[in-house]
Amino acid sequence: MSDNRDALWQALQEVKDPEIPTISLVDLGMIHRLQVEGKRVTVEILPTFVGCPALDIIRRDVRKRLLRVEGVADVEVKFVYHPPWTSERITEEGRKRLASFGIAPPRPAGDNPMDIVPPCPYCGAEGGEIQNLFGPTACRSIFYCRRCRQPFEGMKPV
Amino acid sequence: MESAAEAAKISGYREALTELLFQLADDELVMGHRDSEWLGLAPDIEEDVAFSSIAQDEVGHSVYYFERLHELGETDSDRLAFDRGADRRRNAVVLERPNGDWAYTIARHFFYDVFDQIRLEALSTSGYVPLAHGVTKIRREEHYHLLHMRLWFTRLGSAGGEATERMRRAVRDLWTEIGGLFSLGDAESRLLEFGIIPIGAAELKRRWEDQVRPAFEEAKIPWPGSPAVPEIDGRKGEHTSDLERLLDSMTEVFRLDPAAKW
Repeated sequence: MSDNRDALWQALQEVKDPEIPTISLVDLGMIHRLQVEGKRVTVEILPTFVGCPALDIIRRDVRKRLLRVEGVADVEVKFVYHPPWTSERITEEGRKRLASFGIAPPRPAGDNPMDIVPPCPYCGAEGGEIQNLFGPTACRSIFYCRRCRQPFEGMKPV
Repeated sequence: MESAAEAAKISGYREALTELLFQLADDELVMGHRDSEWLGLAPDIEEDVAFSSIAQDEVGHSVYYFERLHELGETDSDRLAFDRGADRRRNAVVLERPNGDWAYTIARHFFYDVFDQIRLEALSTSGYVPLAHGVTKIRREEHYHLLHMRLWFTRLGSAGGEATERMRRAVRDLWTEIGGLFSLGDAESRLLEFGIIPIGAAELKRRWEDQVRPAFEEAKIPWPGSPAVPEIDGRKGEHTSDLERLLDSMTEVFRLDPAAKW
């Protein structure tokens, strides 16, 4: 009964982040494991942030979508913290989709902890500044592009 | 120790672990609640956003610890957060104090964040695996709180004028109670013996001083000496009327209808 795994992964590709509707949970690197036992599916999901308030919505959306896959009668969603979700888990496709939504994908954490300013998602300019380490959601910061002369959001490297 | 079920098999293990989890959860919940009180009142919009986000992180972390407690047989996280008397709370007393001015808020948060990083680092090698996993994740988030507060602390401290004056006063006020952070309460020896935490109160404090002192130099604030152990110990359920008032306010909606589903 494990031959519907492709269909399940495809279905998960359609479940988007409730707060960034262009990117799927798969491209965010949040899906840790998918287990199929007969008609029962267990999905282990890595929260991007422990206190993310969207987790209940994510659980609901994942259940709803997977229950529509043929041969699935029961879906359990588990949030797990091992391995920890890190921003390096975001796929190439995910990075593109974040940028297209106006959120700069995270740059790899370097030696200087304040050196986290990503290129501007609008014009690509480097050398912006941190406006606020904290943003509209736990996983985002607010930066400023000196070329566009406007603020932009970016995912925190964690 | 891989799970709650295993923890229940060794006499005294579960009790010691429960004490520590309440300390972690209550520190984060009380701090998060105090952070949320700045919403709409912070000195600028950036800090409104920052404190809302930090509050959300802290409360989220407390839920993580409450869920581990629930696995160990305690009631659910909503009841643990809202339906527990002050004498059953294990947060450090300094965290329940009202926010005071911006200087007090920043200095307290900075001192707490340094302590929390040290505690989380120690717990990332905890023998209780579910705790070690969670704190590994939580530590990566808390990193940003610490960066933020350290910058404010050193800038305000070294700014001169009223900022420096207020910062020095805040440090003086905090110093009588800040030592309460390091207490592990009555469970300390068992926590060490079971390998739930690898270091005790004295080492937590030593590491904290090592990290905080350079920030005092940068902030040009004279080092007030090693903090003393305060008279009342929140880790033993000893608290002030400030906690009562905080709980009254925090649990007001819950008490209207404890059975309500949100």
